[in-house]
Amino acid sequence: MDRHLRKRYADERRFRMLGFLAIGLSVAFLAFLLVTMAWRGLGGFTQTEAKVAIDFPRSDLILDPAVLKGPEAEQAVASANLESVLAQVATANYGPQAEELFGGGAGRALGRALIADPDLVSRRAELWLPVASQYDVAAKNEGSAEAEQLIAAIDSNGGLRRRFNGDFLGGSDATDSSEVGVWGALKGSFLTIIVTMALAFPIGVLAALYLEEFAPRNRWTDLIEVSINNLAAVPSIIFGLLGLAVFLSFMHLPRSAPLVGGLTLALMTMPVIVIAGRNAIKSVPPSIRDAALGVGASKMQVVFHHVLPLALPGILTGTIIGMARALGETAPLLMIGMRAFIATPPQGLTQPASVLPVQIFLWSDEVGRGFVEKTSAAIIVLLIFMLLMNGLAIYLRNRFEQRW
Amino acid sequence: MTLTLALVAILLVALAAAWLARSRADALRADGRLNSLPFYHGAYAFLWTALPALILIAAWTPIQTRLVNEAVLASPEGQALPDFDMQRDMILAEARQIAKGEIEGGFNAESNALAPKFLAAEGYYAAIGGGIALLLAFAGAALTFRRLSFDFRARSGVERWVMGLLVAASLIAILTTLGIVLSLLFETLRFFKLVSPAEFLFGTTWSPQTALRADQAGSSGAFGSVPLFWGTAFIGAIIAMIVAIPLGLMSAIFLTQYARPRVRSWLKPILEILAGVPTVVYGYFAALTVAPMVRDLGLSIGITSASSESALAAGLVMGIMIIPFVSSMADDSIAAVPQSMRDGSLALGATKAETIKKVLLPAALPGVVGGILLAVSRAIGETMIVVMAAGLAANLTANPFESVTTVTTQIVQLLTGDQEFDSAKTLAAFALGLALFAITLILNLIGLIVVRRYREAYE
Repeated sequence: MDRHLRKRYADERRFRMLGFLAIGLSVAFLAFLLVTMAWRGLGGFTQTEAKVAIDFPRSDLILDPAVLKGPEAEQAVASANLESVLAQVATANYGPQAEELFGGGAGRALGRALIADPDLVSRRAELWLPVASQYDVAAKNEGSAEAEQLIAAIDSNGGLRRRFNGDFLGGSDATDSSEVGVWGALKGSFLTIIVTMALAFPIGVLAALYLEEFAPRNRWTDLIEVSINNLAAVPSIIFGLLGLAVFLSFMHLPRSAPLVGGLTLALMTMPVIVIAGRNAIKSVPPSIRDAALGVGASKMQVVFHHVLPLALPGILTGTIIGMARALGETAPLLMIGMRAFIATPPQGLTQPASVLPVQIFLWSDEVGRGFVEKTSAAIIVLLIFMLLMNGLAIYLRNRFEQRW
Repeated sequence: MTLTLALVAILLVALAAAWLARSRADALRADGRLNSLPFYHGAYAFLWTALPALILIAAWTPIQTRLVNEAVLASPEGQALPDFDMQRDMILAEARQIAKGEIEGGFNAESNALAPKFLAAEGYYAAIGGGIALLLAFAGAALTFRRLSFDFRARSGVERWVMGLLVAASLIAILTTLGIVLSLLFETLRFFKLVSPAEFLFGTTWSPQTALRADQAGSSGAFGSVPLFWGTAFIGAIIAMIVAIPLGLMSAIFLTQYARPRVRSWLKPILEILAGVPTVVYGYFAALTVAPMVRDLGLSIGITSASSESALAAGLVMGIMIIPFVSSMADDSIAAVPQSMRDGSLALGATKAETIKKVLLPAALPGVVGGILLAVSRAIGETMIVVMAAGLAANLTANPFESVTTVTTQIVQLLTGDQEFDSAKTLAAFALGLALFAITLILNLIGLIVVRRYREAYE
């Protein structure tokens, strides 16, 4: 008897341990994912810079300080072929193997320095300039042997430093991994989400109100309900196919524009908002409605003046969660053509744009070594946005939710 | 005169009418009791002035585009355009852009000549459309003012419009479903004209090539989709579920039965974070970290065909992503079992584990099964993880270390190249999409029916 009992207790302990392990494993996976991304991506936020001494009067640079002070400065700087000057300078400072030490980013940085201080052209100066991507990668110990050698040599002379890379957050896509930035994609994401929100929120809330408050119980409304529940579970790529067939082929809207992306994502998000809205409206107690009717309000007034404001926190929570999901969607936007290389941020709703998840996807395909850390860095940015939005939703829910 | 100008004019007229109606109603109020508040009178005026006119303009816009095109083509310069469709469309598009002021001058001389024709035609037809719309607006305003009186039920009129709006919003859901089904069906039927349904549904070779030009010697490829469905099922329904079901179920059991409430209150959100991570991130994680690990594992246990794009890598990560779905559905079902059953079992002397295994789980089983079906449908429709971590090789293999491809990967692959829209290749993507839609629909319906029907046993 006793032995049997002990076996049962042991069984119980084992079962409990299994449950604990299961949840521990799930949390461990999440932690593993986040830590891996963070570890690989933090390097993407920094840029290695090398110190060079430039003797401007003796170099090949032909720029007039007067022009640099005037309105034509940027044009002059752009046409001054700063990259070849830098190649020379690098060789002079660090030997012939350093010829490709600097790339386009350094050229632009030098141009900005010259415009800021035009008298630089008449003297000798020491500047810190960002190195090209293969050396940036080498400084982070992922590069080729020769690059790492050169970097080690420069470092031992005290000529190397790491700086926060503002260009990553402020720049757009580029071919060289050390010059890419996420701003273009962020702006595209922002415009797309605005269109999605502007379409999905009103339609979703109005549909939820109708279904919950006004709809008679007949076959048509049953059909609408079933449609909405199904749409909420349809794979997102199907919405992409719908967008491709209707918005691009039939209505000839511009490809890869935030407008089309927003329309597609709105169709996808609307059922989520309807379902969240229905739950929120359902939770408003009938006494509120009866009291309003008793005071003489019409049904429409009851709904819009009483029920809707009370249900709004729940609706907003559901909306924010839906928006967060839309922000992370890639597949439908790939279908409507957001697969191109967009080098400048979009200026409006009908210009070709990219969104952050698609940008991550495109960079993940690139073979340059520097792209691994840039992709992971972009993932960090995306995850931070996700966290902020979900945190906002949870905060709103806790602050404004009323328990009747 | 452009349509935008007409739009602005209509809005201004409507606002003016609303303001006038409201002040009229206000004045009437001083003499006695109105049926509706002045605001509603104003709103009524606004709606009847603006909406019929706006609807007319919305309907007129596509008609106008066609009329303008016809007028331009009928003009002498238009007659001189080349007959070749694509070139003519290009010139027309360019002329349109010049007329709108988007570009300064076109590549073709003809577009520069056509641009003023465009402007003239647009102005003419916009004047007609805008004029009629404005007339409608004024008519609406006049009608409203005739009705203004004490007994006028302005609020009912406004509420009828609002109700129409609500119904329209709800119908958009049906429209979307209809749109999905129709557009997929339409393209699939065109696909089945090029490839037989039997080959598509039962063929086992997937190699979608089409001859790009009529004279190219390349073959028209094989469109047998069985390897794709197998890959989808293998990764999504088998491997992912092997990971997700035990972990999800046991997590739910731990959270509901064993965890203290405070621990549960922060563990549950953490699990939900798993659901909130974008799938691109999972895909990249799978491709970057998990796939090499799986390949090394495969090579170390002697499987020489271990690929770095294995089904196991994609399935593992997909399983991790699905855990919160299984967990939350199981959580809800277990929590829905009445406390009395649990208490009764414990009172009889069962340990907690025995209660769960023999009483709670069987009682919650319909909900759990429904949750699993919904999770499977989610896993099957998942795109980014498989695109980034699984491969493109259509294999019919049971070895998880080899690379298989799925329906969603192929849809992305077929549609994101430079394709002519009519080729069998791009149409195949729509056929695959329709199949995917049908399968997920059936799974969802069965899941919902199972959950709903068996849950009622306790209430």
